[in-house]
Amino acid sequence: MREPTWFRWTRRVGLSVLSGFTLLPIYVMVTSALKPLADVQGNFAWFPTRLTLQPFVDMWHTIPLARYFLNSVVVSSIASLASVAIALLAGYAVSRYRFRGRQAFSVVVLSTQMFPGILFLLPLFVIFVNLGEATGLPLYGSRLGLIITYLTFTLPFSIWMLVGYLDSIPRELDEAAKVDGNGPLGALFRVVVPAALPGIVAVAIYAFMTAWGEVLFASVMTDDSTRTLAVGLQGYATQNNIYWNQIMAASLTVSLPVVIGFLLLQRFLVAGMTAGAVK
Amino acid sequence: MLETVEADRPAEVAAAGSPEARRPRRELLPYALLAPAIGLELLIHILPMLVGVGISFLKLTQFYLRNWKAAPFAGGDNYRIAVEIDKPAGRALLHSFEVTLAFTLLVLAISWGLGLFAAVLTQRAFTGRGLVRTLFLVPYAMPVFASVITWSFMLQRDTGVVNHVLVDQLHLASQRPFWLIGDNSFLSLVVVTVWRTWPFAFLCLTAGMQSIPTELYEAAALDGAGITGQLRRVTLPLLAPVNRVLVLVLFLWTFNDFTTPYTLFGKSAPRQADLISMHIYQNSFVNWNFGTGSAMSVLLLLFLLAVTGLYLLVVNRSGEPRTSDA
Amino acid sequence: MRLTRITTTALATVLAVVPLAACGSDKDKAGAAGASPTLTYWASNQGTSLENDKQILTPELAKFTSQTGIKVNVEVVPWSDLLNRILAATTSGKGPDVLNIGNTWSSSLQATGALTQFDDATMAKIGGKDRFLAGSLSATGVPGKPPTAVPLYSLAYGLYYNKKQFAAAHISQPPATWPELIADGKKLTTAGHWALSVEGGSATENVHNAFALSQQQGGEFFDSAGKPTFDTPQNVAAIKQYLDLMQTDKIVNPSDAEYSNGTEALKDFATGKTSMVLWQAAAGSLKQLGMDAADIGVAPVPLPSPAPAGGKKVTSMVAGINLAVFDNSKHKDAALQFVKFLTSTPEQQLLNKTYGSLPAVADAYSDPAFQTQDVQTFKDILNTSAAALPAVAQESQFETLIGTAIKNMFADVASGKTVTEDDIKSQLAAAQQQLGG
Repeated sequence: MREPTWFRWTRRVGLSVLSGFTLLPIYVMVTSALKPLADVQGNFAWFPTRLTLQPFVDMWHTIPLARYFLNSVVVSSIASLASVAIALLAGYAVSRYRFRGRQAFSVVVLSTQMFPGILFLLPLFVIFVNLGEATGLPLYGSRLGLIITYLTFTLPFSIWMLVGYLDSIPRELDEAAKVDGNGPLGALFRVVVPAALPGIVAVAIYAFMTAWGEVLFASVMTDDSTRTLAVGLQGYATQNNIYWNQIMAASLTVSLPVVIGFLLLQRFLVAGMTAGAVK
Repeated sequence: MLETVEADRPAEVAAAGSPEARRPRRELLPYALLAPAIGLELLIHILPMLVGVGISFLKLTQFYLRNWKAAPFAGGDNYRIAVEIDKPAGRALLHSFEVTLAFTLLVLAISWGLGLFAAVLTQRAFTGRGLVRTLFLVPYAMPVFASVITWSFMLQRDTGVVNHVLVDQLHLASQRPFWLIGDNSFLSLVVVTVWRTWPFAFLCLTAGMQSIPTELYEAAALDGAGITGQLRRVTLPLLAPVNRVLVLVLFLWTFNDFTTPYTLFGKSAPRQADLISMHIYQNSFVNWNFGTGSAMSVLLLLFLLAVTGLYLLVVNRSGEPRTSDA
Repeated sequence: MRLTRITTTALATVLAVVPLAACGSDKDKAGAAGASPTLTYWASNQGTSLENDKQILTPELAKFTSQTGIKVNVEVVPWSDLLNRILAATTSGKGPDVLNIGNTWSSSLQATGALTQFDDATMAKIGGKDRFLAGSLSATGVPGKPPTAVPLYSLAYGLYYNKKQFAAAHISQPPATWPELIADGKKLTTAGHWALSVEGGSATENVHNAFALSQQQGGEFFDSAGKPTFDTPQNVAAIKQYLDLMQTDKIVNPSDAEYSNGTEALKDFATGKTSMVLWQAAAGSLKQLGMDAADIGVAPVPLPSPAPAGGKKVTSMVAGINLAVFDNSKHKDAALQFVKFLTSTPEQQLLNKTYGSLPAVADAYSDPAFQTQDVQTFKDILNTSAAALPAVAQESQFETLIGTAIKNMFADVASGKTVTEDDIKSQLAAAQQQLGG
């Protein structure tokens, strides 16, 4: 189909402006991370006059960045994997079975998206402490507590996305698997999971990113040994000096793995959403 | 979300005819599959929320923190403080609510508009499309705190790139404006939030458009519809289901956003950009008045429930015929 | 140099991995046995970075362990988190054994009942009340009740000035009165250079300065019954005086309204961008920021002239860090031993020297390091012209409300609006109602 000239020009201009808007912070982040401290504290300059990699070395010493990084990796990965597993089971039940309470479950779970985090921050904290004392499980101040919290945060949206995705997979597949002698769970894992892989990956990405970036709960529920990046990074600003170049270097470093992972897997996300959102 | 509300009727029909319904032993399986999710939801969301509602009726200040079960019953006092708009606390809450509403609607409208604009522009193949699409997704993929910290650096009065461009290079102002304090802080918050929100709209809309069959466009083109005609007659109607969810999700996420203002402004936001989540945080954790903070949160929750309920009602009523058409 | 850095990074990574195996806290397990308990200590950020604090404290804790057999796990908590963490610990009953608190929080935290009371018997265990400076001791809780903390590091506000820049402007003495400050300030303010830097976006700095100025005007933020009296003419005048440094006197850069990290104003002074700053003892930080020690001068904060009726000769709040014992601690005796250790004369000398703060115990001043003119100035301020912030349970709310109100008014001034006395009065009245309601 031929495109009119005006459309081509709108596209060129529109996409250029949007690209500029998108790139600006990324450009500032990258160039500032390569400047010596004195240069980021003076007037802004588009092009660094003195390039240095020192911020990338220093950032590990100003705060225990390696530890925070590791905490974030552990918490986000486990939360994401667990969220996928639990959401998959729940999503399969909602998608394939008609049972009493099905609708109530969906409504309640999804309405938790509305809860302002601030409302249950303190209660959750108190519950964790009491539960920890009753069961001996260290929930408060540990990675475990944070993992449980994050995986639950991501459940509603994950379940919703997976229900949509599973609905798009023909039931005949399950039936065929059952004819082959599989139970319902066998059908789920042998047939449905492989077919639903894009949706599952999409959910995993979403859950990982949510956990990686959460600030409010992490700030109250962690201590020095379990602090995550999202909270820890603020350590650069509360010191004797604001090390903007190190902040930028650290921001870049903590963004890279997520952004690369996301971009590699984005086609799954699009595919997962296409099926989940459009029915 | 919408699907669940309308799922009612087909569900019953299916239940009557499905083999599972006839075999009661199988009935247990779905519950077993749901059990982990239900357990976690109860532990992390439902139970704490109920406790939170309970706290909103207590006079829970620092005196009772240590043994908060002993905090005296406050009745509706906390709620009265929150809604008395002729008193400073109530007025501040109302102001914060108005700011949040304006902020949310602006971010929602701009993000959705930009998302649709970019999705339409990248719908047809052209050289570099993959690159542009990938680039647009980067802000969504970046951790919020990392990108917002960068924005706060860019918005510094003396050393930031924004003032460097506006004042030093374009000479649009003689005085360097402030972006993180005062009146402009609201604008800054909107721009920063849009920056990291619109890619999500773009992603959803692109995904939605990919599932629109090309034959529909060809048919519309045969009828003589140009680019705008196709947008109006094919794209927008078929995106309706995506939009219904997208708008609601964006609304809720933006309305409850805490990370962005917290990272941008620190513990106390400027008056002009005092979002409600920050306002309640300050009331609870900075002023140590968890009873009032909880009461405000409950009011907020009621508001969001009402808005969501109303939205679903309106959207489902107007949306249903369309879905069956498509 | 490079090599050691890489080694430390590797070490840090390895160390970070170790606790992963435990996947949580193992603090409780060690304690119950009784033989040699392990204490958890939350230290506030006093050094140049959290890691720096840890390096400073670790050898001292080792000393304590070798003396008593009691192990101490230290966690340096950033100021931005400290109060939240204490609140969380109070609510849950699960916290550290010993902790640092900002001394202005003493009364608020005392009201929670979460901290151990230092009654006379307890005081005796750590060597008695009389060892401590009276001024520092005045900021450990509500008068008439047993304090719930003891002073650890003492600080006071002074006027830091750049001797070289003063000489260049032909000013021989630091200003002693407010009119002199303004006059000198105008001389020192030139194109691109400002006389004074303030941390206008920081609620804490704002309220600390406003408090001292209000005392000078004869104002009080709380009456003797503990009721808030925010919107008195004296308090309005004090805040106006502070805002006017930027608004009418124009000796403060409007950019300062954005300064909120508690570092930027000091940095401007250290790098010569400004000639004066009102700050707590900061010689160490100034040198670290690259300021020549010979240029650093310090004097008491100027007083109003003529003295207002009822005004007090107060130039600073009693600032500092207190040490408290968490009441839920299972090892209270060990915790008190640790308090005694940290407040002992040698530790006081060593730690305060390192941090650039003042010892909280009188004996420690025998060290020649505390005989310098700088330290003498601050010691005099603490002894003669410092007043404790209101010792009321609502102290921390007061700091937040007033400090934030001033921060917002600075923002207004900086963006060109005029803040009148009526505006200040109505802001203060609103804050007062919020506290009352």
